[in-house]
Amino acid sequence: MSQASVSGSRGLLQAEPLIFEMLGGERTGVDLPEPKGLKDRLGGLKRKAALDLPGLTEPEAMRHYVRLSQRNYAIDLGVFPLGSCTMKHNPRLNEKVARMEGLGDIHPLQPASTVQGALALMEALSHWLMELTGMPAVALSPKAGAHGELCGMLAIRAALYARGEGETRKRVLTPISSHGTNPATAAACGFTVDEIEALPDGRVDLNSLTAKLGPDVAAIMLTNPNTCGLFERDVKEIADLVHAAGGYFYCDGANYNAIVGRVRPGDLGVDAMHINLHKTFSTPHGGGGPGAGPVVFSEALAPFAPLPRIIERDGVLAFEEHAFGEATGRLCAFQGQMGMYIRALAYMMSHGSDGLRQVAEDAVLNANYLLARLKPYMSAPFGGSKDEHWPCMHEALFDDSFLDGTGVETSDIAKALIDEGYHPMTMYFPLVVHGAMLIEPTETESKAELDRFANALIAIAERAKAGDAAAFKAAPLLSPVRRLDDTRAARQPKLRWKAETAADPARVAAE
Amino acid sequence: MRYLPLTPDDRRAMLGVIGAKSIDDLYVDVPKAAQRSGLVDLPRAQGEAEVERAMRGYAKKNLSPANAPFFIGAGAYRHHIPASVDHIIQRSEFLTAYTPYQPEIAQGTLQSIFEFQTQVAILTGMEVANASMYDGSTACAEAALMAARVTKRSKVILSGGLHPHYAETTKTMAGANGVVLIDSAPAIDGEAEVLKLLDGDTAAVIVQSPNVFGTITELNKIAEAVHARGALLIAVFTEAVSLGLIEPPGAMGADIVVGEGQSIGVALSFGGPYVGLFATREKFMRQMPGRLAGETVDADGKRGFVLTLSTREQHIRRAKATSNICTNSGLCAQAFTMHMTLLGRKGLERLALLNHEKACDLADALGAISGVEVLTPRFFNEFAVRTPKKADAVVEALAKRGILGGVAYSRLKGGAMDDVLLVCATETNTDEDIAAFAGALKEVLS
Repeated sequence: MSQASVSGSRGLLQAEPLIFEMLGGERTGVDLPEPKGLKDRLGGLKRKAALDLPGLTEPEAMRHYVRLSQRNYAIDLGVFPLGSCTMKHNPRLNEKVARMEGLGDIHPLQPASTVQGALALMEALSHWLMELTGMPAVALSPKAGAHGELCGMLAIRAALYARGEGETRKRVLTPISSHGTNPATAAACGFTVDEIEALPDGRVDLNSLTAKLGPDVAAIMLTNPNTCGLFERDVKEIADLVHAAGGYFYCDGANYNAIVGRVRPGDLGVDAMHINLHKTFSTPHGGGGPGAGPVVFSEALAPFAPLPRIIERDGVLAFEEHAFGEATGRLCAFQGQMGMYIRALAYMMSHGSDGLRQVAEDAVLNANYLLARLKPYMSAPFGGSKDEHWPCMHEALFDDSFLDGTGVETSDIAKALIDEGYHPMTMYFPLVVHGAMLIEPTETESKAELDRFANALIAIAERAKAGDAAAFKAAPLLSPVRRLDDTRAARQPKLRWKAETAADPARVAAE
Repeated sequence: MRYLPLTPDDRRAMLGVIGAKSIDDLYVDVPKAAQRSGLVDLPRAQGEAEVERAMRGYAKKNLSPANAPFFIGAGAYRHHIPASVDHIIQRSEFLTAYTPYQPEIAQGTLQSIFEFQTQVAILTGMEVANASMYDGSTACAEAALMAARVTKRSKVILSGGLHPHYAETTKTMAGANGVVLIDSAPAIDGEAEVLKLLDGDTAAVIVQSPNVFGTITELNKIAEAVHARGALLIAVFTEAVSLGLIEPPGAMGADIVVGEGQSIGVALSFGGPYVGLFATREKFMRQMPGRLAGETVDADGKRGFVLTLSTREQHIRRAKATSNICTNSGLCAQAFTMHMTLLGRKGLERLALLNHEKACDLADALGAISGVEVLTPRFFNEFAVRTPKKADAVVEALAKRGILGGVAYSRLKGGAMDDVLLVCATETNTDEDIAAFAGALKEVLS
């Protein structure tokens, strides 16, 4: 559709090469004083080969990154309905306070007497997390959700060793619908993974669970609300069964947004749960990170939380950084994602206990509204019939049965949505339904935005059913680039820029 | 509530479309007993001004490095960050984007990652780099795990100069997955000591340069000895700026280079978020942890970038993935890559030289104090000194005088070498700062 321009640019979309293809050479965007060049205590280990890094002046660098930024979709541009990702608005107040002098610029190893405010802030965040979840202990240091899973599973492992069952309880149960990080984490802690079947209604099959429980089971890893967007009705029974069999209940808290302020995981028999501050508590996703994954613990697991811990002595806060009872060792240098703690606490304080409950309820309402509006045109395996609405939690799951015989697939629906100006939903996950499309609108979408999104998706679904597969396969047509060749990327991996003409030392060394 | 767009009318209308009487109908699957009727016992909603005031209250109880002569390093470094870097990472399109799973509308992030990977590879002297890890310490743990996968051996030897937090993190994370970590005694200039423990079961040795005491080490001989036993050399750094001046590990035979990228573009922020750098040889590419951006073409033959080789990752490979990592440190990598682009070769070399000169000045000033001995033989911008009093008490006494004068090594490694103080100088230090530190230290020790 596009007419080629001489410049390679298209209107507001400017063509932009790699920084390595610009004649950077001797330019720099920083002005630094001239070194005196007199002293040298490097012991002769000075760099031999020149560093071949291009530099740009500030105006050139600004243009480069602003031009690149315009090729990105973002929450601030529109609905970002990725299921299980909780792409909600990121308040700018939180960015401001995270950069305050005395918060954003303090060093992790300053003496405790000079960082009492930072320690108090971490204690305040801990208090909010424990109150909201109804759990008696929390470890803040995990750096993201998967790191939190590791923290929780290592505590379970340590608790089992403390009971003398570390060598015998080696099996971890997880539903087929779980996030890939769950089995990957269990394996990373030396456990074997055993998958539990799902019922036709998208929940854990208690019979399958019961059959798999035994004296070698360490834990269950269960997401609740689950990845089908459904609350596990039998969660208490699941917890009781696992506990009765001597195992622990690890809850993946990725979907906590649906229940925050309304349901406390501590009341459901959970032993450990990570909380993605970058989901429920709105710290920005930043194109893939950073996140933060604090873990709340039950009484049984609290002693096995990792180092460091915050302790109070005579009204003065300090870190306990070395061996401390049965504590698990360090999960990272220093004490975790302070920048995210500040943002998350600002978010919590802004909402308050009243606003957080409203967050959950609006997130659930928005998802159910989309489910109700889309159900007649798409196929919602767990959404009930035309006359009866089976509620979902904060995300609505569809499968691809409405596309049967059309030649259009889930991925084509996604690419068609891109041409309508939307980021697609999560595709092909969870694995329990065919061609899954998982839509999580979050609470920060207005009804008008949801209606526009639903109208676009309904039009796409109708177009697919009317049979126009070829047009779908060609989509997207309006994005900065068209469908990209993943197979080529994987078969001939090119992970960095290399000069094409000159003999390349890296290439030579590799061969 | 300023962040919630639904009005009471909207909510009523939407419940009507759904066919529900109240929001409670949508929570029918949650056991009644587990649902709270009232609010959790926490404060109610507050406006921007109130929250900002509360946050300022926390900030005021901290001593900002902006208000004190500042000489702490040991894994995190105070450098100037250009204003434009912080502006770019606050652009909505970078700040509020997700992982680039839909490449057609994420080319901004993907091209930035591709450029980041290239910069990290060039800086470390390696062939390929990934899209980032959480921080340097978890990158170190992932390197140990990768070495065990590559060599199919389980023993990894840690040097006595490895940052103790990195050693502990590696023990926690890699130890849980069957890697046997062997510690060395703390040694200021003893990276080569790892060779004494090297044997045919060794998957890798992990050395650090500059190490936690600031010592720079020539790695060629260590690499040769390690390779002769079929093991890998993992080289760690915590100060990325050092690579502007000293020989990179990739040029000295390292197989995996990991480190902390915070120094380039990322705020100190009390320890995180930071950005772990991970680079290796092309032949080990498919054993790497974490995300990778790769070049390809679109349906029109136009160049574009995608996340690739994802069959290594947890969302595809589940229990058989190379790592459980999902979220990484994307926005910090964005800051790193922009700052590095602003620096370029010329800026980075000059920045590194300035850091080294400041550290030399500091060493001269502290070394002139009676009873203080500079212990680090070769250094970049940080070094260890022996103090005649216990180092942690010295740090506290300096803090009372408004000086943030380094960190006691014993704080990093419980009780060890309690008379060793680790200090650091960067381009942010003035001659007056150095004089104030030296003067205060003299007082504290007298």
